[in-house]
Amino acid sequence: MILAQLSTSPDPSFWREALETLTLRAGYNTTVVVLGTTLLGVAAGLVGSFLLLRKRSLVADALSHATLPGVALAYLIADALNLGGAGAKSLPVLLIGAAITGVLAVLTVQLIVRHTRLREDAAIGLTLSVYFGVGVVLLRAAPDYASTPASGLHHFIYGQTAGLLITDVYLMGAIATIAILAAALLFKELALTCFNDDFARATGWPVSILDIALMALVVLVVVAGLQAVGLILVVALLIIPPAAARFWTERLARMVLASALIGGVSGYAGSTLSSLLPRQPTGAIIVLVAGALFIISMLAAPSRGVIPTLIRRARLRARFATDHLVEFLFDTASPASLSEVARDRAWSSLQSRIIATGARTAGLVTGPPSALTLTDAGRARGHRVARNHALWSQYLVTYADLAPSHVDFSVDQVEHILSEDLIAELEQALARRGIKSTSAQSSSGGDA
Amino acid sequence: MTFLTTPNPRTHSPLSERPEHSAEAPLSVHAMTVAYHRKPVLWDVDLDLPPQSLVAIVGPNGAGKSTLIKACLNLIPIAAGRVEFWGDTFEHNRSRVGYVPQRESVDWDFPVSALDVVAMGRYRRIGWFKPVTRKHKHAALRCLEEVGMGEYANRQISQLSGGQQQRVFLARALAQEAELYFMDEPFAGVDAATERAIVAILRRMREQGRTVVCVHHDIQTVPEYFDHAVLLNMRVVAAGPVAEVFNRENLQRTYGGRLTLLTEATEAVARAERGST
Repeated sequence: MILAQLSTSPDPSFWREALETLTLRAGYNTTVVVLGTTLLGVAAGLVGSFLLLRKRSLVADALSHATLPGVALAYLIADALNLGGAGAKSLPVLLIGAAITGVLAVLTVQLIVRHTRLREDAAIGLTLSVYFGVGVVLLRAAPDYASTPASGLHHFIYGQTAGLLITDVYLMGAIATIAILAAALLFKELALTCFNDDFARATGWPVSILDIALMALVVLVVVAGLQAVGLILVVALLIIPPAAARFWTERLARMVLASALIGGVSGYAGSTLSSLLPRQPTGAIIVLVAGALFIISMLAAPSRGVIPTLIRRARLRARFATDHLVEFLFDTASPASLSEVARDRAWSSLQSRIIATGARTAGLVTGPPSALTLTDAGRARGHRVARNHALWSQYLVTYADLAPSHVDFSVDQVEHILSEDLIAELEQALARRGIKSTSAQSSSGGDA
Repeated sequence: MTFLTTPNPRTHSPLSERPEHSAEAPLSVHAMTVAYHRKPVLWDVDLDLPPQSLVAIVGPNGAGKSTLIKACLNLIPIAAGRVEFWGDTFEHNRSRVGYVPQRESVDWDFPVSALDVVAMGRYRRIGWFKPVTRKHKHAALRCLEEVGMGEYANRQISQLSGGQQQRVFLARALAQEAELYFMDEPFAGVDAATERAIVAILRRMREQGRTVVCVHHDIQTVPEYFDHAVLLNMRVVAAGPVAEVFNRENLQRTYGGRLTLLTEATEAVARAERGST
């Protein structure tokens, strides 16, 4: 639908508008909304990192869904107390109501888990749906009981930045800023709690208070995001950025920063897009941007991404296969047919042909598949591989208790890991066992 | 030092003699009972640990070994009794007590380096809100070097072997600079080289005047590694110097008549007797 809308807008002003929004030149109101949502994304990315590492992400889902009855109740109560025409829909009042039922939902989950045999996933699903159901009913009933019209409340479900008041955005930005500062201040404490709560407790950190603080930060983010992102999808901003960030790094500080960045970019680009597509709910667009960033991270991130991991694994396998081919030819010390090697290593014929082609391209073997021969470089490599393998297996025999953690077939030479003395000792042991001395052939291999 | 020597008239169980608690003992447990729901896990435990010693807590599965140290550290509530550290409360002595939890109790895929984990041992010293300064990182690195892991400081912890992970935990405990340590199965699932390294570290700690209490599974190595043993099976069957309490009779009382264990125990006891003569 978005694509359809994008492709059916021939108006060149659309793109000018897009550029202006992205560069924050699209007028004061739009700029404030974009900045506010960016701030919200940063806050959610920060807080969400700790939530993810504490393995509590789904609790936030229960919390956010449970804000709906709070919004509706706050509206009804404010209306009954006659806080004035506009007062009933005053944002702070509605957000306080949202926070209260949100926190109640978290407590409900904890009570269910503590006092029944239900597991947390069931407790979360149950709490989330019941609170949300109550919210839907209250929202439907509200117009019948309230004196002021309740229109606009349903925007809390999917999020809508189009009709936002500038003061509402200021409120959102302020809450997000508080969450950012608090998360930064508590970085070390939250990290310790997430990694090892028993150790934290034993060393005197008040873990339950830190957990409550983390939950309070989640409440702040959810409440701040209610209007722009909506209560159904605000949890995505807490989960997707940290999950994406985790693919890029193995360090907590960097992960938290990356998560804040991804959250911020999602908020920024999402709200920009949304201002151009006023009929689409903002929350969904922000989450789609975050989702796209997640998919890129999952596939392409160098340290943990799927594709780089597959490439690394394929390279290692190719390396071992080549080693095996070269070692076999080195051991037979005469031309051998590819099918012979394939039988010895249990390779399929396709596999063996790929491996042989690789070895040929690397200049290690020559000759037709029926009589593969090692080149000089191939013989040198074969000698090295055979010697490494013989030494490693002797090492495993001699130092069975300590060897397994040191053996590494992927290193080019044993010398990189073991000391010279130890290698000399292993070579003597090999000679005693009458295993073919590979060093005798080293002259023919041309490898000193 | 009266370490489990004076029989007390209040003794109601022939198996456990109530010790006279001493104020210089790093740890005294007085009539401690711990229960999960209504089922007692530890029952009327009395214990005094001498300073500067290596203490093994042994006993069958479910004997309450981990529960004992967790209850001492206030990680689980005590149903009855009390625990004293140097004759005072835990709260007043927290900084003097170190802890090495079970290795499996944490997620090793957590995005931190070995050095980051060790630095956690200094967080209490660093205090609220303050970042980890260079000074504390240096201290953490020294602790990593002490356990022979200096070159792995920047490794992400999931890339370490089980034995290396255990050493990182040990380094974190050293970084706490405590005087009394509780270690939950520090030898579980480590290779022989790490086991020797850990023993060397424990002995060094004892030389520095510290006391280390280990939950230990391998009763064969008790006489070789430890000075004192606590034989536990819901209650304290026996506690004291290995040479005095680590004998066939007490082991049988602790483990029941499990044959395989008893064969191992017999060998271990024989070694202990050889060692003490």
